[in-house]
Amino acid sequence: MLFHVGRYFLMLRRLFAVPSKWNILWKRIVSELHIIGINSLPIVALMSSFMGGVIALQTASNMTTPLLPDYTVGYITQSSTILEFSPTIISLILAGKVGSNIASEIGTMRVTEQIDALEIMGVNSLNFLVLPKIIGAVLFFPILVIFSMALSLIGGWLALIFSDLSTTETYVLGIRSFFNPFHITYALIKTIFFGFLIVSISSYYGYYVKGGSLDVGKASTQAVVSSTVAILIMNFLLTYLLLL
Amino acid sequence: MIEIKGVNKSFGEDQILFDINTVFEKGKVNLIIGQSGQGKSVLAKCMVGLHEVDSGEILYEDSDFTKMRSTEKSKLRQEIGMLFQGSALFDSMNVEENIGFPLTMFTKMSKKEIQSRVDFCLERVNLVGKNRLLPSECSGGMQKRIGIARAISMNPKYLFCDEPNSGLDPKTAIVIDGLIQDITREYNMTTVVITHDMNSVIEIGENVLFIYQGKRWWQGDKKSIITADNPEITNFVYASEFMKEIRANIQNSRN
Repeated sequence: MLFHVGRYFLMLRRLFAVPSKWNILWKRIVSELHIIGINSLPIVALMSSFMGGVIALQTASNMTTPLLPDYTVGYITQSSTILEFSPTIISLILAGKVGSNIASEIGTMRVTEQIDALEIMGVNSLNFLVLPKIIGAVLFFPILVIFSMALSLIGGWLALIFSDLSTTETYVLGIRSFFNPFHITYALIKTIFFGFLIVSISSYYGYYVKGGSLDVGKASTQAVVSSTVAILIMNFLLTYLLLL
Repeated sequence: MIEIKGVNKSFGEDQILFDINTVFEKGKVNLIIGQSGQGKSVLAKCMVGLHEVDSGEILYEDSDFTKMRSTEKSKLRQEIGMLFQGSALFDSMNVEENIGFPLTMFTKMSKKEIQSRVDFCLERVNLVGKNRLLPSECSGGMQKRIGIARAISMNPKYLFCDEPNSGLDPKTAIVIDGLIQDITREYNMTTVVITHDMNSVIEIGENVLFIYQGKRWWQGDKKSIITADNPEITNFVYASEFMKEIRANIQNSRN
């Protein structure tokens, strides 16, 4: 465990070197924004819409006491979406999708000697391969999370309207009630940290893979598991530091 | 010229290379041969810096690679071309982008100049017009030739080839060997080829280093290896029954 942590930080030190050519870094960032960000939009949209709907329906179905106002459904949907669902659950899903993709891509490059080829040419392979992915994730994950928040709230609204459990006015009133703008900031800060963890941890497992295709598969699984654990720990720490 | 002085290399408890001393000459195709698992590839990887040596010196024209700073190593590596066993072409790039990659990374050449250099390299390896193909669309022999084109795109002083003929049919293997030899002479490079292919030894072996159990066992040229009176070399060169028969015939004709 300590060996991996030490090697991970050594990797980060090499990764954050000054790029040899800025225009190439920029081109690679644009490409990664597409691969990591744009390509993740469909799954984020699907998950967010349905989860928003489910949160709203579950809350409405548990509203048995007349002491709670009707707009509580909108309020709970809003707060659970902004505080936890969009930043954390979506990041966990992205750890599966983006993390395994990165680990297998870099792992395959390792076992087919493409990384050795880069190193022999004198290219800092970590800086060339991983830095654009980290920048891409840190830039685009917050956009994905804002997109997720919006779709989740829309999903909740549609679910309530179609099931006739609430009205648009009451739901919107609930969303606006006790709204704390800092919660958005908190969610975005979390997302930036999660994006960094997902890409760097997955790259670590891919970069140091040894063996063949079977080992690339194992590294990919390990990357997802470790990223998930890291997200959960970081979520706890950031919540403790930012909300209390 | 590359000079190796007293190189030792271990992985944990296992010592792979024992006090290797040798010289790889400029303008010649230098071969490192030996059975699998004897340390050929480890020696080559130590020479290009993919493995750190435990002790010893690797001198590129009198500059010790093992003592260089990382910036100096990066600079030297731009003078090294390498052809990998599996070609190691970048999957996401087409042929043209693969060959032009080192030029894009390390030179200030314009797009037009890079294009013209790529075309020249492709012509040199007889792959004119294949610019837009992806590595996955190329045969094994083509991939090796693209690998050579990429390796020579920066006009390197040193060329390393790790088992360039593995997975190729004998005819294509001869073409690749011939190409390596021609390029070495044309650019006056120091070429080091790791192989266990006896055809390559006989075709292009101007300076042959035989490694056995991690030690420099024998060194000579392609003619002297045929007549070498050393049981380990004899077992390697004349491994098959057919080759043993040929050896017996040679000896009989001498007597």
